[in-house]
Amino acid sequence: MKKLTSAPYLLWMIIFVLVPLFMVAYFAFTDSGGAFTLANIIKTKEYAPIFIKSITFAAISTVICLLLAYPLSYILSSMKLSVQGTMLLIIMLPMWMNFLLRTYAWQALLGNNGIINNLLGLIGIGPFKLLNTQGAVILGMVYDYIPFMILPLYTVMAKIDKSITEAAEDLGCSKLQSVIKITVPLSIPGIISGITMVFVPAISTFIISKMLGGSSNLLIGDLIEMQFLGNAYNPNLGAGIALVLMIIILIVMAIINLIDKSDSDDKVLM
Amino acid sequence: MKKIIGVLCTALILTSLAGCAGTESAVLDTTAIDTEIYSSFDGQGVELNVANWGEYISDGSEGRVDVIDEFEKLTGIKVNYTTYATNEELYAKMRAGAADYDIIVPSDYMVSKLYNEGMLADIDFSKIPNYANIDEKYKNLAFDPENRYSVPYFWGIVGLIYDKNKITEPDFGWEILWDEKYADNLLMFDNPRDAFAIAENLLGLSLNSSDEASLKAAADKLREQKPLVQAYVMDEVFDKMAASEALVAPYYAGDAVTLMEENDHLGFVVPESGTNMFVDSVCIPKTSKNTDAAHLFINFLLEPQVGVANTYAVGYSTPNKKTFELLDDEMKNNGISYLDNDYLTNHTEAFSALPEEADKLMSELWTSIRSGE
Amino acid sequence: MKKVLKYAYLALMTVFLYAPIFVLIVFSFNSTKSHTVMSGFTLKWYFELFSDRIIMSSLVTTVIVAVSASLISTVLGTFAAYGINSMRKLPKTLALNTNNIPIINPEIVTGVSLMLLFVFFAARMHFKMGYITLIIAHITFDTPYVVLNIMPKFRQMDKNLVDAAEDLGCNGMQAFFKVVLPDIFPGVISGFLMAFTFSLDDFIVSYFVSGTSVQTLPITIYSMTRKQVSPKINALSTIIFIVVLTVLITKNVIENKRVKKVQMAVREEIKI
Repeated sequence: MKKLTSAPYLLWMIIFVLVPLFMVAYFAFTDSGGAFTLANIIKTKEYAPIFIKSITFAAISTVICLLLAYPLSYILSSMKLSVQGTMLLIIMLPMWMNFLLRTYAWQALLGNNGIINNLLGLIGIGPFKLLNTQGAVILGMVYDYIPFMILPLYTVMAKIDKSITEAAEDLGCSKLQSVIKITVPLSIPGIISGITMVFVPAISTFIISKMLGGSSNLLIGDLIEMQFLGNAYNPNLGAGIALVLMIIILIVMAIINLIDKSDSDDKVLM
Repeated sequence: MKKIIGVLCTALILTSLAGCAGTESAVLDTTAIDTEIYSSFDGQGVELNVANWGEYISDGSEGRVDVIDEFEKLTGIKVNYTTYATNEELYAKMRAGAADYDIIVPSDYMVSKLYNEGMLADIDFSKIPNYANIDEKYKNLAFDPENRYSVPYFWGIVGLIYDKNKITEPDFGWEILWDEKYADNLLMFDNPRDAFAIAENLLGLSLNSSDEASLKAAADKLREQKPLVQAYVMDEVFDKMAASEALVAPYYAGDAVTLMEENDHLGFVVPESGTNMFVDSVCIPKTSKNTDAAHLFINFLLEPQVGVANTYAVGYSTPNKKTFELLDDEMKNNGISYLDNDYLTNHTEAFSALPEEADKLMSELWTSIRSGE
Repeated sequence: MKKVLKYAYLALMTVFLYAPIFVLIVFSFNSTKSHTVMSGFTLKWYFELFSDRIIMSSLVTTVIVAVSASLISTVLGTFAAYGINSMRKLPKTLALNTNNIPIINPEIVTGVSLMLLFVFFAARMHFKMGYITLIIAHITFDTPYVVLNIMPKFRQMDKNLVDAAEDLGCNGMQAFFKVVLPDIFPGVISGFLMAFTFSLDDFIVSYFVSGTSVQTLPITIYSMTRKQVSPKINALSTIIFIVVLTVLITKNVIENKRVKKVQMAVREEIKI
C-alpha cells in the first residue's frame, strides 16, 4: 500500500522524463526525413572546440564558486543560530530577482562605458575591456550559480556536530587542522552536490554567453538553441549535440561521485 | 529593523498608489474607420494569436495609441500577442509545430520559404477592403508574385548606424565592418541571411546567390571579419549603440530612425554600393483556426490612422499610401525612411527564398562561422 | 583580527551578490531609459508598469503557473517520497536516479525534450501548447526537488512511530496524515518553497514549451534583454524584491521570537 503512493509520480516521470529523452535520442539518430543516420552524432565532432570551451568554462567557474562559497558557508555555520537565518536570507535574496535581469545588470556594470569603468575613470584609470570577454562569461556563471554552491555546503556544515571539532581542538589540533581533518571530510556530500548544481547549469547555459560573451564565446547551449529555436534550424543536429552533452555530464557526474563514498540517497541536493 | 520595515511599507504603499494612476495612452480616432465591419465578432469570445517582431507595433507607451487594445475594444476579439527576434526563430517555432499563430509578420524571403513549404494560407483579399491603401509599388513583389498570401506591413533598407562622436566623416560603406581600426567596436547581424548579404555585396555578388562557390566565398569573408566583431547581435544594437558600447553596426533603417530620435550622437549611412531592401509582410499560417478574425486584424492594420500610429512608433517605412500622406514632413524627409526612387531601383536588392540546398548550406556555414575560433 | 577578516569577507561577498541588484533598483528611478547613466529621479516607470499589458499579463501567467505547479508537485512529491522511502534497495535506487534526471539534465535538454513530446501529442490530440504544457513542464522539474527535500526527513523519522499508530488502530491513511505528515512537514514546506522559486524564475524550459498564446514573465524579460530592458521591468523587480524581503523578514522575526519563547520555556523548566 505504502509503495503505491509513489506510483503516480513514477508514472509521471516515465511519461514526461524518460519518453521525452527517448525522443531526443530518436531525433539524434534520424535525419529530417526520419531515416536512421549517424550523421548528427558524427557532425558533433566538428564542434569539439566548443565542447572543450564549455567544459573548461564550467569547470573554472565551479572551482571559483567552491573556493568562494566554502569559507562563506563555514563562517555562516559557525555564527549564532539566530544570525545564521538572517545571513542566509541576505545571501539567498538576490536569487529572487530574475536571473536574466541580474545578468543584464552585469552588462551595465561591465560595459566600456559601464558603471565600473565610469567609477574607475573618476580615479583616473581605465577604461578596461571587461564585457565581451571570457572573464565576463565566467563571472556571470559564478554570480548566477554560487547560491547553488552555498546552500548545500551550508546545510552539511550546519549539521556537523560542533563537539567533534571542539574535541579535536582540545586534543591539540589547530583551527586549520580541525577544518582540514574534520570539516572538509564531513562536508564532502555538500561539496559534491554543490559541484553538480553549479557545473550542470554552467555547462549548458546559453544566456550568459550570449549576454556577456561577445562574438567569440559561443557555448554548447548556444549551439543547441541555434538548432532548435535559432538561426540554423536543424532539430536533428540539435538533438545529437544535446545527447552528447548529456553523456559528457553523466561521465563527469560518475567521476565526481567516485570521490563520494557515502551511501546517501539524496546526494544531489543534500 | 522596525525602521527598515517602515520604509518598505511606505514604498509598497507608494507603488500600489501608483497603480491606480497609470498613464494614459492616446485614443485612436475612429471617426474615419468603418466600425461596421469590425463588429461581426463581438461577444463570441474569439481569440487571435499574433506573433510579431519585438517592438514592431504601437503599444501605447509614450502617449501613443495602443493598437492591440484598440482592436480588442473595437471587435471584442481577444489578442494573444507574442514576439520573436528573427525570421529564423519564427520559422523554427512554426516548423517544430510548437506554434498555432493566426497572424505572423515574416520578411520577404521567409514569406516565400514558408509558402513553398506549405505553411501559409491564401489570403482572401475581398475581406480586406483596406488593401487598396497599399501602394502598387509594394504589390506583386518577387516573394509573392501573384499577391496571394502576404500583405506588406513595413519596408525598409539595411544601412550602417555609427557613432558621430568617434567617426566624423560618414564617407564609408560596408568595408568599415572589416576595418581593423574599429576592431572590437563593430557589431554584426546575428542572423545568416542579413550577415551573408553584406559580405555578398562587398564581393560584388547577388544577395540571392545560391551557388556553393559564392556562399563559401561570403562565408570566408565573414570568417575574416570575426576577430574584429565585438558581438553578434540583433535588437541588442539599440542598447549597445545608445550607450556608445560600439561604434558601428549594420541594422535596419527604421530602427536607426528610432535610435537617432533619442540619441543625438548616432548617424546613419546608406552604403553607395547598394543594400538589401526588405518588406515585412503580414501572413496567415495554414494552422490558423480563426482566419476570418485574422483577415479583420490585417484590415485593421491597414487603416491609415493605425498605420500612422505604428509608423511613428517603429520608425520603419510604410507601404500604405494613405498613411504616408498623413505623416509629417519631418518623418517623410528624414533622408532614411523614404529614399529616392533612383537609389531604391538601382542599388537595392530584395531577398527571395533560396533553394533548399543553398539554404541548408548557408545555415551550416553560419553555424561554423559562429562556432569557429 | 580574525573577526575583522571574517566580516570583511562577508561584506565583500554581499557587495558582489548585491551589486547588480543595486543597479537594477537604482535605475528603476532613472528618468531616461539608460542603464548606465543616471540622469534624474522619476517614479514614472512605476506608474507606467501597471498599464503595460504585456508585462502585467505575463506576470499573471507566471504566478498562476508557479502556484499550481508547485502545489501539485508538492502533493505528488510528498506521496512519492513516502512510497520510495519504503521501497527495497534496488527499486529505491532506480526511483531516486530517475528522480535525479531532471535535476542533472541541462535545462535546455529538458526543455527541448518536452517540446518534442508536446509537439508530437499536440498534433495528434488537438490540444494547444500553453498553460497546460507549461504547468506539466514545471511540475516535471519541480517535483524532484520536493522529493529530495522530504527524503532526509523520512530517514530521520522513527519507523516505529507509524507501526505504533497502526497498532493503536489507525489505518494507513490516518497514520500518514496524523503521524507522518506532521513529522516531515518542514521538509514539505521547504520543498514547496524551492519548487515555487524555481517555477517563478524558470526561463529556459518555459521558453520551449509555452506555445504561442501565453508568455511568462521571464520570457517577456528575455525578449526585452534582446533590445532594451524597459525600466518598467526594473520597477517590477524592485517591487517583487521588496515584497519578498518583507515576507522573509517577517518570517524570520516570527521564527526568532518562537525560538526565544522555547528557550525561555526551557529555562523556566530548568529553574523549577
